This record gives sequence, C-alpha cells and structure tokens, in this order.
Amino acid sequence: MNSSTAIHTDNLCRHYQMGDTLIRAVDGISLQVRSGEFVALLGTSGSGKSSLLNLVAGLDRPTSGKVIVQGRDLAELSREGLAKHRLHGVGMVFQSFNLIPSMTLMENAELPMRFAEVDRDKREGLARKSLERVGLSARIRHRPMELSGGEQQRASLARALINQPKLLLADEPTGNLDSRTGAEIMNLIREFNESLGMTVVMVTHERALAERYAKRMIFLADGKLIEDQPNATPTGASRGGGL
Amino acid sequence: MTLYDSTELALRNLRESLLRNSLTTIGISVGVASLVAMLSLGIGLQQLAGRRLQKSGLFDTVVVSSRRDLRSYNREQEENGPAPAESPVLDESARQKISQLPHVLEAYPDIRFITQLQFEDKPHLSMVSGLPPSARSNDAFDGMQGSFFSAESAAEAILQKSFAEELLGKTPKAGGDDVNVATLARPLLGKKLVMQYAERTASTAQSGGGDNSAAYSVVSHQLNLTIVGIADLDPDSMRGPTRARVFIPLGLAESLHVMQPNDLRDTTRSAGASAAYTTVSVRLKSPKDIPVIEDAVKKMGFNTFSIIDATKSLQQFFAVLDIFLGIFGSLALAVASIGIVNTLVMAILERRREIGIMKALGASDRDVKGLFFAEAGAMGIIGGLVGVALGWTIGHAINLGTNVYLRRLHFPPEQIWSVPWWLVIGAIVFSVIVSLVSGLYPASRAARLDPVQALRYE
Repeated sequence: MNSSTAIHTDNLCRHYQMGDTLIRAVDGISLQVRSGEFVALLGTSGSGKSSLLNLVAGLDRPTSGKVIVQGRDLAELSREGLAKHRLHGVGMVFQSFNLIPSMTLMENAELPMRFAEVDRDKREGLARKSLERVGLSARIRHRPMELSGGEQQRASLARALINQPKLLLADEPTGNLDSRTGAEIMNLIREFNESLGMTVVMVTHERALAERYAKRMIFLADGKLIEDQPNATPTGASRGGGL
Repeated sequence: MTLYDSTELALRNLRESLLRNSLTTIGISVGVASLVAMLSLGIGLQQLAGRRLQKSGLFDTVVVSSRRDLRSYNREQEENGPAPAESPVLDESARQKISQLPHVLEAYPDIRFITQLQFEDKPHLSMVSGLPPSARSNDAFDGMQGSFFSAESAAEAILQKSFAEELLGKTPKAGGDDVNVATLARPLLGKKLVMQYAERTASTAQSGGGDNSAAYSVVSHQLNLTIVGIADLDPDSMRGPTRARVFIPLGLAESLHVMQPNDLRDTTRSAGASAAYTTVSVRLKSPKDIPVIEDAVKKMGFNTFSIIDATKSLQQFFAVLDIFLGIFGSLALAVASIGIVNTLVMAILERRREIGIMKALGASDRDVKGLFFAEAGAMGIIGGLVGVALGWTIGHAINLGTNVYLRRLHFPPEQIWSVPWWLVIGAIVFSVIVSLVSGLYPASRAARLDPVQALRYE
C-alpha cells in the first residue's frame, strides 16, 4: 500500500447474526483502490456490495479483517474518529437521496459544514457555490419535496462535496431516476472524478451503467469478490452521453 | 457542532412538530407555574407576617417590667430570681443602669394613662402615651401627616387616625374605604386639644408615721396641647405605646408626673422616691443582641419580654411551609418531565432516518446528543418563561381573589403574594435543569443509533 492507495481491504469480513443463521454480508474481501479511480461494485441484491460500501464509508465496523481508507485503519478508529472520517474523508450519495425534508437545499448542503464547525460567514458562500456547480442555483431556497428526483440527487451530490472529500461513495445513485436524469447524474460524478481527481466507488446492479462510466468493475456474490476487471475504455466517455 | 448551530437546528426541529412540542412545553409551563404560584404565595405570606412583626417595632426591643408587678409578661420567669416582694423597683436609677448596658441604644419608660381630652368643648376618652424622640424613625410613623414633636417637652400631640376620626365625628364604616389620613389632618393640624390629667405630688402633710411615711396628693391639671401630626398607626399592633391613640413627647409625659396605674399598687411606697415605671422599653442596636440583654436584665431582678422567640418559630414554620409548597409545586414539573422524555423518544423514532443521514454526513455522537439536549433545553427555557408568566398570573389572581374575599369580610386588603427575582430566575433554571435531565436518556439513545440501521429505516 502506498500513498496513491485510496482504499485497501484485507480479508475484510462483516457477518451478522440473524436468529440462528449467520449472514456473511462481506466475506473475506481483499482489494485495493488507487486514488482517482472510478470503481463500480456490481452484484445482485444481497451480494454484499452495499455492506462493503458502508465499511469503507465508516458507517459500519468489520467483524474481522482490515479496511484502510486514505491511510487510516477504520477498524481501529473510535466512534468519534469514524465520525470525523465520514465528515472529512468521504462524501456519500444514496439511491433515495437522503436529503432532510424540512430543510431547504441550501440548508441541506450546509449541514456537513455545521458538523465540521465551518465559520457561519463562509458556509453560505460555499454551499451556494456547490449547488451552482450541480446546476441548482435557482433552487437553493426550495425544499427537497418541491424538486424532481434528478434535482434532489444533484443536491445530494453538492452536499457530498461540500467538505471537499477525496473519496465519493455512491450507493445506486441512479436507482430512483429515469435513464436521462440518471445519465446527467453519472456525468456529474464522472466530472468530479476527472476534474477534481476524486476517487469514486459506485454500487450498482446495472452492468451497462458500470461499463459506460467506471474504469474498473468489481463483481461480488454472496459477500465474496468473484471478479475484478478493468474497463479501459468506458463507452459513455463522451460528455452528455446517454445510458 | 457549535452550541449556536445545535440550538438553531433544535429550534427548527421544534417548529417542525409544532403541536406535539407545544403541548410538551405547555406541560412544563404548567409545572413551573404551579411551582412559582405555590412558592410566591409562601413567600408572600412570610413577608406579610414579617411586615406585621416589623411594624410592631418589637424586633429590636426588650420590654422590662418589675417583678413586683404581678401581672408580669412571662409567668415562667417568676420561678427563678428573687421573690416579687424582694425584687428591685423599676425606677429611674434602674432605667439608667439598663441604658448603660452594652448594645443598648436607649431605655425609656412607658408612660401611659387613660384620660379625658377636650376638643372644641367636646370630651373624648383615650389612652395617652409618651413617645421617645427615637420613635421619629420608627416604621410605624411612615406616612404620618404633619410633623413630629418639635422638642422633648413641647406641649404637642400626635393623634392616631381613629382618634382623629372620632374628633371629627367620622365613625369609620367597617369594611368601607379607608379615609385618607391627609383629609383627616387638614382640619386638625395646629388645633388645640385640652388634656386633663392627675398629677401625683409628694405631700408635705405629716401623718404621724416615721420618716418613711408615704404621703402624696393627687392634683388635677389641664394642659393645652397642639395637634402636630396624624399617624396611620395600627391600633391593634403588638407594640405597647401604639395601643394609645394620643401621643405626647416622653419628656413632657415624664415632667407631668401623671398618676400611673401602678402607683395605686405602690401606695405604700414613699412618694419622695423617684418615680417607679410600669415597664421600660429597651431598644437594641440589633435583634441578635436580645438574648444577651434579656439575660443581663434578668440578673438585675427584672422580668423581660421580647418576641424574638415568636419570630424564630415563625421562621421555622415558613421554612417548612415553603418546602411543602415547593414539593407540591414540583410534582407537576415532575409529571411534565415525563412528557419531555416521551416527546423526545417519539422524536427519535420519527427522526430515525434523519439521525442516520446526519451520522452518514459526519455528525458525531456528541453532535446528535447535543441536538436532542438543545431541544430539551429549549423546551425547558420556553416552558420556564411561559411558566413563570403563568405562575405570576395565577399568584396575582389568587391575591386579587383573596383581597375581594377579605374586603367582603371587612378586612383591609393584604399583599399575600410575592414573586422575588430569585424565584423567577430559579424557576427558569430549575425548569431547564429538569428538561436537560429528562433529555439525558433520549439524547444518549439517539446518539447510540446505528447509522446503517437508521438509514434503512423508512
């Protein structure tokens, strides 16, 4: 592992006890993701891709094995340390957007800066800039419910970038969107990957989507890594390309 | 997250579930209100009792009487000390001795006699009492119309309000509106009052006895007094001198040698000896000196009386009353605190997903805990403020109601309710503390929430 390694897992396991049965959500996965990579985690429902993403995000702790993200062994971090990792180390987008419905887009985008205790005077400007970047400057005073799915996902992207993390974790980011809107979102994610040099790990069950945008595809089944293949020439490489 | 941000988010969250949070806050308000209303009444009653006692002027006074006076104030004292017949006479030399004791401001005799006073040719009967110059600063003479005596032996009189009413032929109606002292004073100040009195003078007549034979004459005199003041004194006050309705300067009263009630009991005593007093009032620098002086005076062979014991037991009574009122008041707040716990636990269930989102975005356990704490605290502050206002209103209403009732029973109105600053601040602080303690469990529960589980929650 060197400084250009964004994510390193070694025999990573996450097992759950459900009644009498032991569920091996992540079962001995070892992999490395270099900084600036765009990786797609593929697999059917229950294959463990979201569980792996949660471990990398620091939302969950491994049962055994190592998960080192940007040089930090997450298994050894305290709850406070994990919170700091989520705050500064990663940005997350979800299938269901996960914006707070009672807050305007501006307030939603500002929220991680509140946790990071960024100066109040700077916050509004940064949030506005971030929302402008995703093309929502006209919607900053709207609440999530007043927006389309695509707009909500763009807002959640703006929020994920607000504390300038090096790693973007996307869990089915287009799962709730039609194909045209999904493509817009994917283009934005690719732009962050290319222009900002962010490492992107995207969970999806759509192989076609992964082939269009990701530079590397990792296939999971039953919590195990079954295939790890590079995708040298993503087919949707051109800007504005459809799915 | 900073406290400011926590508070801001907390207030926003409280606004989101306005009805439920308002009901919880009203619960706290009612709790605080009952606490404030109960304690304000307790404090008000205590102050009322204190005021009454203060007005009596007996807080810093020891009344000394001779053991020879068998109607002594305190029968218990007769069991100790010299037998009455062997005890010293309370005369001028005894008074001087007492006045030289440490911590004593002054010791003055209580000279009182019932006599006839003539005003505009109409006779009136009243108790007349001598007032020492120090009485000028007595609370009892607050709001007096006219002026105090111009000199120690001036032929001047201060009238008690009811006597002034009698002189003017205005019989006070029971329960009717109080007549203003100023309106009474206007026609009376500067007018003449003719006092008749009986002077006791040593008689030169020899009655065949020895040298110690006591012979004296009682001579009737008249004295013109000028009315200089009308005072709104309470005729039922505990203080001896104020039971009188006409006051003259003590120096004048002494110089008149008016026949005193105890002269009749002391008929065998030599008239040539200096005057014996019924009682001597001893004013002290501070009420805390009362026990010392009482001891010293008792050693001299006199009886003493002070109300220090009465005030002690009174203070104890009010301390107990306040505790009970406080406990009853707090019960409502305890019930309200359960409401806070319930509301916040409900909020956790409702906002599970939101908590998950915040944690995914990087909120620490402390941030989440702080947020719920701030919500509990905000409900506590708002509930405290509204509660104090409500308690104030309730106390005020009880006071008004009581006064209406008192007036119907023909008693003067009284302030039985008092909200001191410390109660206002204390109640708000107490409300916040209770709310924060109630928020402890919900806040730590919210902080412990597993973000993965919480995000899965729909």
